[in-house]
Amino acid sequence: MAEFTLPANSKVGKGTTYKAAPGATRVKEFEVYRWNPDDGKNPVMDTYEVDLDKCGPMVLDAIIKIKNEIDASLTFRRSCREGICGSCAMNIDGTNTLACLKPIDDVKGAIKITPLPHMPVVKDLVPDLNQQYAQLRSIEPWLQADSAPPPDGERLQSKEERAEIDGMWECILCFCCSTSCPSYWWNGDRYLGPAVLLQAYRWIADSRDEATGKRLDALEDPFKLYRCHTIMNCTQTCPKGLNPAKAIGKIKQLMLERQG
Amino acid sequence: MSKETAAPTIHIRRSGLGRARGLGTAKSGSAHWWAERVTSAALLPLVLYFVISVLILKGADHAEMAAYMAEPWNTVLYIALIAALFSHLSMGMQAVIEDYVRTDATRIITLLVVKGGIAILALASLISVLKLAFS
Repeated sequence: MAEFTLPANSKVGKGTTYKAAPGATRVKEFEVYRWNPDDGKNPVMDTYEVDLDKCGPMVLDAIIKIKNEIDASLTFRRSCREGICGSCAMNIDGTNTLACLKPIDDVKGAIKITPLPHMPVVKDLVPDLNQQYAQLRSIEPWLQADSAPPPDGERLQSKEERAEIDGMWECILCFCCSTSCPSYWWNGDRYLGPAVLLQAYRWIADSRDEATGKRLDALEDPFKLYRCHTIMNCTQTCPKGLNPAKAIGKIKQLMLERQG
Repeated sequence: MSKETAAPTIHIRRSGLGRARGLGTAKSGSAHWWAERVTSAALLPLVLYFVISVLILKGADHAEMAAYMAEPWNTVLYIALIAALFSHLSMGMQAVIEDYVRTDATRIITLLVVKGGIAILALASLISVLKLAFS
């Protein structure tokens, strides 16, 4: 059966509380998931008190401050701090999002931060996303065309054709959507998940691509595509405001269309 | 580091891409997905008809039931209802089982038992309607 509870060695315990410095004016609590593969212990939630008057506005600012000033062992991914690299995807206050785009003021009370759900954890807030990367590779996310490009320039698109891939090229592959999807939790080994299916449709919808039929063939499967039950968590959680559920719906529509 | 941490045992050496491609595509799923939609749409009027007919037949005895079922339209609509309902149920249960039941052997056995049970129920319902209609 699907796993509905955490295995014994994944049960989350209570961790350490790191008090704010005396004289802190505006204290906010951050409860952060901690797990270290090297110490053989169960994960815990550590609590860090951060003085918001000495901290930037976003959750990422707070966890960078925690790492710099309170606990250097806290491990997480981040790079661009402006929502374009997709590195700092994590679950904040129960919703997958990018820490750099999530204002601290959006959350009342203590802010609970855990890694993206249902992924193997490498350490603390770092999930193992290798499965998603392999699945992305499996849908061949690059232009495939048999016609040679025009000798005097690039392959052209009309404005309308170009507009077809709007809402998809913006995806930064943070995998907030796939890891919010119950179908992906239960069957992630076979279901491709919303992020990868959005990318698949991005190439299906690209007027310059000539492999549409082959791409649809590669998706026509009860698990790869049809584990999507239109739960819509993907669309609700996407920190970039994209709509993977709609892209998946379009793929299903095309599957039907080609049946005649 | 605790002294007794054993080196992790690696059970899978197959590449991520190899596992992602898996057994390839089943080249099916679209018909199932579409049939689920079609039967659910068909069930909207059919269930409405069913509710109305139950209200009409409230307090009816066996002879009145048989007379009602013998009307050709009622026979046809009841058989259509049974066909749509049980095929929808069967496909829906299949989707649920595929979602939640792990390991291929358990999944296949569960599917056979559940779909077999639904088929028996469908046949029993069909025979009931026919027996009433032709009694």
